Amino acid sequence: MASFAQRMVRNRIGFAGFVLSLLVVFAALFAPALATHGPREQAVRDRFQGPSAQYLLGTDNFGRDIFSRVLYGFRTSIAVAFSAVGLASVVGSAAGLTAAYYGGWVDRLLMRSMDVLLAFPIILLAIAVLAVLGPGSVNTALAIGIVYLPIFARLARGPALTVLSWDYVAAARALGASGGRIMGRHVLPNVFAPLLVQLTLSLSTAILVEASLSFLGLGTQPPTPSLGLMLSESRDFMILSPWTSLFSGLAILMASLGFNLFGDGLRDIVDPALRGVDA
Amino acid sequence: MTTYVIRRLLDLGFVLFGVSVLVFLMLRLIPGDAVAIMLGANIDITPERVEALRRQLGLHLPLHQQYAQWLGGVLQGDLGRSVWTGRPVADEILGRLPVTLQLSAMALAFAIVVAFPLGILAARGRGTGADMIVRVASIVGLTLPSFWVGVLLLYVTSSYLPGWSTIGYVPFLEDPGGNLARMVLPTFAVSLPMIAVLTRILRSSLLDVLSLDYIRTGKAKGLASRSLFYKHALRNAMIPVITVIGVQVGYLLSGVVVIEQVFAIPGLGRLVIGAINERNYPLAQGVILVVTVVFVFVNLVVDLAYAWIDPRVEYT
Repeated sequence: MASFAQRMVRNRIGFAGFVLSLLVVFAALFAPALATHGPREQAVRDRFQGPSAQYLLGTDNFGRDIFSRVLYGFRTSIAVAFSAVGLASVVGSAAGLTAAYYGGWVDRLLMRSMDVLLAFPIILLAIAVLAVLGPGSVNTALAIGIVYLPIFARLARGPALTVLSWDYVAAARALGASGGRIMGRHVLPNVFAPLLVQLTLSLSTAILVEASLSFLGLGTQPPTPSLGLMLSESRDFMILSPWTSLFSGLAILMASLGFNLFGDGLRDIVDPALRGVDA
Repeated sequence: MTTYVIRRLLDLGFVLFGVSVLVFLMLRLIPGDAVAIMLGANIDITPERVEALRRQLGLHLPLHQQYAQWLGGVLQGDLGRSVWTGRPVADEILGRLPVTLQLSAMALAFAIVVAFPLGILAARGRGTGADMIVRVASIVGLTLPSFWVGVLLLYVTSSYLPGWSTIGYVPFLEDPGGNLARMVLPTFAVSLPMIAVLTRILRSSLLDVLSLDYIRTGKAKGLASRSLFYKHALRNAMIPVITVIGVQVGYLLSGVVVIEQVFAIPGLGRLVIGAINERNYPLAQGVILVVTVVFVFVNLVVDLAYAWIDPRVEYT
């Protein structure tokens, strides 16, 4: 029986994703130390530069260093994606577990509400939430969190129903365990693996959604560096200098791809039914 | 099947009710005075103007009466009036709807046309170089930001093919060639993630089906591998693909909203973003409601088609 770490390393694509997402998180955490320039520092004489030793990825229309701005952009992406997915996974799986445990009208009401959220195309629901709350990174995280609630609620409810019918849960109940204890101690560990996989995959898509919303001008607002915003602004001077467009988009792809591959690898590892299947 | 259809329709009723409540509440949940915010950017706001808009939106009534009034209007095709132009929201939407529908339909068709050969190629040549390339490309395609692809395509065409008008929109009936020339790039950009998903699902579903007993039986009784593959395996392998298409249409619509912004296509995406930027809430509500209802019905059709193709489907 190979350990988790061994299996992760053996799953080449998953491991590549793990390394890539680790790099992105690292860049986000240590952006102030790694950045060669301030993210808002302007050098008007050095506008529209190509990559060089001084400006690793070139400069934009204000002479700002693209490399440093990408690092800070990762910060925004990661902060928004982690908060959004954190919110959705905690509240969503709590809702799913509650629905499974109580059944009856609680179950119906909770899950039908989730169906309603799922009925919206994701960007439109996020746009609607942002229209109410106003733009900004925090509200973007909230909006994406709300959009992702049903994914986690459904994911937690299904397996929880199965586990709740097992004998040892009946035994725990007979011993007088409370509802909260049964859910937390007995049910949650059993539904944890699929939740973890979904969490990682959701980070990947949340990064894309944050970038889209910021690109549309409804998400992160200037002067906070954001990859989607950088890409949007770069369109005005793309013909003069394509570097900002190229690298901001590449950064979005890198972050999103990393978590996607990582999640995919995790799924192969934690789901014994899928082990050996290369879907 | 009949029970399935009935229960599915009951679900539909509930979901549509929920969607209508959320969209209705959008305007009411805005912190502060929504009417003041809407008129805020405007030149001269008189108290009369504020009061008139408040009455027009029915905001002076109790909440449940507001909802009843609003829903009554919606059911009769009255989505309110645009705050700025005063035109009925329904008219504004109908003017833009064909643009968004054309782009979505073209992207969906393109994705299916490309994904099927790719999925089949990968499954038939499992483990070969072609399979590897298709698999890696489909993973990357899944996370490729379509708006970035759009921006890059614009850069490449404007640098190397300056004669190609790539931005904007002309109605198909006015200038079919011009219409299609402008639709090529956005269609391509929007369909990439969907191509990736469909290819992946088709490949793995084909591999599942090919390992089943009935395929082995077919092989044993000497069926030609071509007919075995296309007549027996492919049909069954399509079932999961069809379910996925329903979900993917939601992502497709999301992609279209963003890509319209890149290529300056005057569809519903541009309409809703513009409406929110101008705080034209009735217009934003209208677009969100209409697009969501369209999406809900697409999913209904897909679900029913699925139940019809696969009689084993039961309502859960």
